[in-house]
Amino acid sequence: MLKTFSKGGIHPPENKLTANKQIEMLALPKTVVVPVAQHIGAPAKIIVKRGDMVKAGQIIAESGGFISANIHSPVSGKVTKFDKIIDTSGYKKDTVIIEVEGDEWVDTIDKSDTLIKEISLSPEEIVKRVNDSGVVGLGGATFPSYVKLMVPKGKKADVLILNGVECEPYLTSDHRLMLEKGEEMLVGVKIIMKAINVNKAIIGIENNKKDAIEHLTTLCQGYDGITVVPLKVKYPQGGEKQLIKATINREIPSGALPIEVGAVVQNVGTAFAVYEAVQKNKPLFERVITITGKSLKNPSNFLVRVGTATSNLIEAAGGLPEDTGKIISGGPMMGKALLNDQSPVTKGTSGILIMPEVESQRRKMLPCIRCAKCVSVCPMGLEPFLLMTYSVKKEYEREEKERVMDCIECGSCSYVCPSDRPLLDYIRLGKSEIGKIIRSRKA
Amino acid sequence: MNKLFVSPSPHVYGKQSVKGLMYGVLIALIPTMLVSIYFFGMGALIVTLSSVLSAVAFEYLITRFILKSESTIMDGSAALTGLLLAFNVPSNLPLWIILIGSFVAIAVSKMSFGGLGNNIFNPALVGRVFLLISFPVQMTSWPKPIAITEKMLPYLDAETGATPLALVKEGVRNGVKLSEIQGIPSNMDMFIGNMGGSLGEVAAIALILGLVYMLVRKIITWHIPVSILGTIAIFSGLMHLGNPDKFTDPVFNMLTGGVLLGAIFMATDYVTSPMSTKGMLIYGVSIGVLTVVIRAFGAFPEGVSFAILIMNAFVPLINMYSKPKRFGEKQKK
Repeated sequence: MLKTFSKGGIHPPENKLTANKQIEMLALPKTVVVPVAQHIGAPAKIIVKRGDMVKAGQIIAESGGFISANIHSPVSGKVTKFDKIIDTSGYKKDTVIIEVEGDEWVDTIDKSDTLIKEISLSPEEIVKRVNDSGVVGLGGATFPSYVKLMVPKGKKADVLILNGVECEPYLTSDHRLMLEKGEEMLVGVKIIMKAINVNKAIIGIENNKKDAIEHLTTLCQGYDGITVVPLKVKYPQGGEKQLIKATINREIPSGALPIEVGAVVQNVGTAFAVYEAVQKNKPLFERVITITGKSLKNPSNFLVRVGTATSNLIEAAGGLPEDTGKIISGGPMMGKALLNDQSPVTKGTSGILIMPEVESQRRKMLPCIRCAKCVSVCPMGLEPFLLMTYSVKKEYEREEKERVMDCIECGSCSYVCPSDRPLLDYIRLGKSEIGKIIRSRKA
Repeated sequence: MNKLFVSPSPHVYGKQSVKGLMYGVLIALIPTMLVSIYFFGMGALIVTLSSVLSAVAFEYLITRFILKSESTIMDGSAALTGLLLAFNVPSNLPLWIILIGSFVAIAVSKMSFGGLGNNIFNPALVGRVFLLISFPVQMTSWPKPIAITEKMLPYLDAETGATPLALVKEGVRNGVKLSEIQGIPSNMDMFIGNMGGSLGEVAAIALILGLVYMLVRKIITWHIPVSILGTIAIFSGLMHLGNPDKFTDPVFNMLTGGVLLGAIFMATDYVTSPMSTKGMLIYGVSIGVLTVVIRAFGAFPEGVSFAILIMNAFVPLINMYSKPKRFGEKQKK
């Protein structure tokens, strides 16, 4: 029996159209629009001026606090403009616009493909390098990675868990990376293990990626302490709490972080970025992105520079299909709908999904028939129907008591509801109101 | 470029819809309907049709003329209520009584609470119990089954007899030992539905087929039917061991009356059953216990309908006190 998490979960159609498509380099765009807030936390502070010439890998915005990250220029060229664009959060964010000229990289970057296995940096130096390189969690949450590499005083990590689950339908960027950059990734894992001082690492991969499981299992023989754990296909197994439960059967208490149960979780893509930062001195300015959709002519996996417009990816994949109704940044379960195809891709963009119009519209909401399907699929053991009722009635105190803040917003409840009720919409509303109440209580 | 839709996640939805689920239950009831027509002939057909059609008609009229809202009859829930009501009455019930039952089920028990999703009590059962109390004679004269291959049973003037449960109740009341009561069908006859009773409750095998179908299609989970049937088996088994002359054996208890119909199709009604698995088990066990108690000690020979309705009333309370186990609830270190 394959391991998985015990509570709830769903199995939406996988639609991994690009599972066998090799990663290709996307041609450089003419201009890039680089947001300074590509991570959770404070936006970075711009340190270049209009007219400055920059090289790829040169820092253009400095980390704006403890939870923040440096932003590097993804291309070489001229800084032409600073502008505000509406990003996936719906708010206006500062960006640096660079006109591309050539492709010159900062000369400290090792551009060769040679695998460097030897880890010469000390744990402190690793943390500093990861921070300097602007590495953030590439699974989608974009939490600055260096923070997770510093185990807080009084806590101890005993295992590193690598997230190679990729439970979102359609997305295959992690899958391809594991197949094509497996060795580099494992060195990255070793680096993280050294930084957090553990001698055991587990790579969790869902069983719909058998080739990746086999490939990494073979490679692991050369790396002490790293094992691959195949997992049953079930969404949202890529959620931190669900993954820890599935792989080592520990349950993070409500409101706590993984370190509470001795675990540190990193995405496999992040492990690769750490490898590049530490061994190749290469800051994070490009990543693998899946561009996919049922009507798309040529769904692909591309290596893309941050700041490239979404439309460039779409063109390279055969152009925007006639029947397009929605463009999603990320997967269909947790991704965000884009306002237009000009939005730049960022460090957190794992995929671009083009949805046909017929699948894009919300269905009509019907009365709740109390079928309890939302309760049975909730991976956090919550009662979505009840939380929605409390949000509608603005009974936020009762909603808080029903542990609404534990919700990981995986969307399984909305997915499964036969009455097509927008459960997660209302739960988000409740969470945001209750968040305000909690903050005012502390003040 | 086309206008893009922008909405929060998730952007994909599952295949199950209210309509799909309701029609799924209707499909699960087809075998039972066929068996009832096989044994009860014309009556089964007429009672079923009139009950289903009138239930749908009442719901349509209420949405159209009283609520002045969009018609909801296409969601299949009214037809399902009508079908379940039909399955809970004898096949020779006069038309006008069926109409009253169907009116009580739809108008009083369902629509007056606000329609699908808002009713506290199972509409079909409210209709059935209303008829049982109002028309005790018509509701307890059961046509004797005759296989359709021998003779098509007529609607109103079929020969009638008692149900096995009524025979037992009557016998025990008169002090006759169970083993000496005459006219109780064999287990095999009860299993295939060759006995007197409401037209949908007799065919154990067809009902179990429906259960399997609903489980496979994930329309319901096992918790409610299994906990009801398990409780009845264990509880009535213990009583039977204690006094085999007075209390019937578990197999008899499972196959007679509306136990299977109730456990599989009535108690599992989404709207009137609990939300958490823990709650479903509490609900199921309670229905099982109440059923056996009513059968053994109550005035009526049959107890499932009452047991389910009583527990329907407790569902809000059960929901409040049987929360699902939250993730990360226990392991506080």
